[in-house]
Amino acid sequence: MVTLSSYLAVAACLFAIGIIGLFLNRKNVIIILMCIELILLAVNINLAAFSYFLQNLDGQIFIFFVLTVAASEVAVGLAILVAFYRNRRSINVDDINTLQG
Amino acid sequence: MLNTTELLAIPALPLIASLIVGLFGWALKEKLSHSITTGSVIISALLSVHIFIQVLGGASFYGNFWTWMLSDTFVVPVGMMIDQLTAIMMITVTIVSACVHIYTIGYMHGDPGYSRFFAYISGFTFSMLVLVMGNNFFTLFFGWEAVGLVSYLLIGFWFKRESANFAALKAFIVNRIGDFGFMVGILAIWYYFGTFDYREVFDQVPALVAQGETLHFLSWEMSAITFICLALFVGAMGKSGQVPLHVWLPDSMEGPTPISALIHAATMVTAGVFMVARCSPMFEYSETALAAVIIVGAVTAWMCATIGLVQNDIKRVIAYSTCSQLGYMFVACGVSAYSVGIFHLMTHAYFKALLFLAAGSVIHAVLAEQDIRKMGQLKKYMPITYITMLIAALALSGVPPFAGFWSKDLIIEAVAVRELGWIGDFAYFAVLSGVFMTAFYTFRMFFLTFHNSDRVPAKVKPHLHESPKVITIPLVLLAIGALFSGAWGVLGLDIANPNAAQNFFCSSMFVLPEHNPLILIAEEGHHAWYHFLFSAPFWLSLSGIGLAYAMYLRETDMPAKLAAAVKPVYTFLLNKWYWDELYAKTLMRPAQILGRWLWQQGDLAMIDKGMIHGGVVGSVLAGMQRMRAAQTGYVYHYAFAMIIGVFAALTYLVLKG
Repeated sequence: MVTLSSYLAVAACLFAIGIIGLFLNRKNVIIILMCIELILLAVNINLAAFSYFLQNLDGQIFIFFVLTVAASEVAVGLAILVAFYRNRRSINVDDINTLQG
Repeated sequence: MLNTTELLAIPALPLIASLIVGLFGWALKEKLSHSITTGSVIISALLSVHIFIQVLGGASFYGNFWTWMLSDTFVVPVGMMIDQLTAIMMITVTIVSACVHIYTIGYMHGDPGYSRFFAYISGFTFSMLVLVMGNNFFTLFFGWEAVGLVSYLLIGFWFKRESANFAALKAFIVNRIGDFGFMVGILAIWYYFGTFDYREVFDQVPALVAQGETLHFLSWEMSAITFICLALFVGAMGKSGQVPLHVWLPDSMEGPTPISALIHAATMVTAGVFMVARCSPMFEYSETALAAVIIVGAVTAWMCATIGLVQNDIKRVIAYSTCSQLGYMFVACGVSAYSVGIFHLMTHAYFKALLFLAAGSVIHAVLAEQDIRKMGQLKKYMPITYITMLIAALALSGVPPFAGFWSKDLIIEAVAVRELGWIGDFAYFAVLSGVFMTAFYTFRMFFLTFHNSDRVPAKVKPHLHESPKVITIPLVLLAIGALFSGAWGVLGLDIANPNAAQNFFCSSMFVLPEHNPLILIAEEGHHAWYHFLFSAPFWLSLSGIGLAYAMYLRETDMPAKLAAAVKPVYTFLLNKWYWDELYAKTLMRPAQILGRWLWQQGDLAMIDKGMIHGGVVGSVLAGMQRMRAAQTGYVYHYAFAMIIGVFAALTYLVLKG
């Protein structure tokens, strides 16, 4: 029998990987986007697990919204990335600091 | 009952004229400006004479026209009180003002501020009329402040001159000191009587005195009525140039000569005397206040006369003489001879205005030179000015039958008959020696100007001429006043008569019977016409003139020798008893030092450097520098901040349970 805590543990691992990837990665913006995607998936797993164990479909409906938002976010993010690359010839994270105060 | 419209028209006409010329003077031709103002003041003067004749016949007026301010029980009406005192002030003010208006047409001709000047003097006439005609202390205060304002504007009339600006400021500031006292007095009146109305206040005075109400002021215990009177008198000291607040009056001579005649000799400066006379029902009940009035008046009368002895500026000699004569008027009020004080005020207004206007005529002729050492032998060039000034000088010196003799003689008699201990003796000495000095300095100035040797600079010589008619006619008009107003007062108005039914003034001023010097004078039979032959003032004034004659016409090297012989005294007097220096050292200097300290330590060091540049701006800048560092621009830093935030929020929620 797979328990709720197993699902939550997987989700937590995925979430942690996403966070650590965000911080440790200094090279590539695409990796940041992927990490964000991982974090969102971890959340989705949590939502699905709770939906199943609490016998409530609301969580699963919410997952669709999250997936939709994640997909559009990636689309927009990649578009920005392409435009940025055209201007700067680089997608190195350390080079992207024009918002510095 | 007097006609209300006529009464209102008297102050209203000059006001309207002043507003028209003041607001639209830039568009008016010189001729129109002076026609409007002079015309309205002349009509005012004629109406005043008409009112005076009615008052002479026993008419009077008392009433309110409208309410100025209203707040619960605090009511300030605008009203008028016309009695003998007001009537005589009205004719004095308007007649002198009308003469000065006419004179100004000639004197200020071609001045860039021509219509402004007329707007000011008409405005002054209005303010002064409000001051004398009002029926409560608030209108008195309004007039009091308004004449002070016009005085300030006119002293600084030639505003491009630095000295004129300083003199105007000095007059304004010194008057503020006096006016502060005056205001305290008026508020004390409100506190004790609950009204500003003259009649209602004066009716309550005996009751307040009977209650024996006292108050503590600066650790002195004094009766309420004494406090009120002393506070009011401080205002009078400021306005009327009495020691120690006299310093502004000689400096006010920086203004054009017509206003020296109108404001700083004939009318405004006498407002203090008028006020004391008006408040006689209060002053009569306070021996202390009366003593203060006598002492201040006597000191001023004597001290300013000594200063006048050595001054070389023709206008300053007359200015110190004005201070001194105002001192005489206060002495008269102090010995309860209010009517005599007002009588002297009236005669003085005529001959002193004449003296100033004649001096102005001389100054006009010698191209704005005011130093009498650079005049001399002007007699043959300016016969009319010469004769009118001689009349004024004789009147001021107190030679019979000129105006000053009658009033000054009565003042000295009044001081002599009252028994007031050392105060009375001191005042008697001051006014008697003052007579001698007055005669001397007046004729010193007169001889140096019109006789003596010819010391006029060669380049001024071709300009010497008699002034135009528009200047000499007012001189002649005022000379009539200086000749006859004294005799008219004593013989016509019967001012020396202690009997209330016959004396013109008695019913408008209140004198306790035991104070009344007129009764004592009458008892001693001093009112006979030949009496002056046996009295000291007459001979003193003759000997003063004689000494001036000897020193400036016969032995002309004597003045220099005498000055060298008593050099310390001479310098002391020439420097006006060092009053200005005293104030500069004791009041101005510490204030300047304190001001500079506050500026440098308080403003520059503490606020600017310490708080703004050091504290507020500094910490904002430093904090900003630190907070900028947080904005690195790296995406992962922002993400990290968000995560940390989420963790912190979650931790809080979990721990909170």
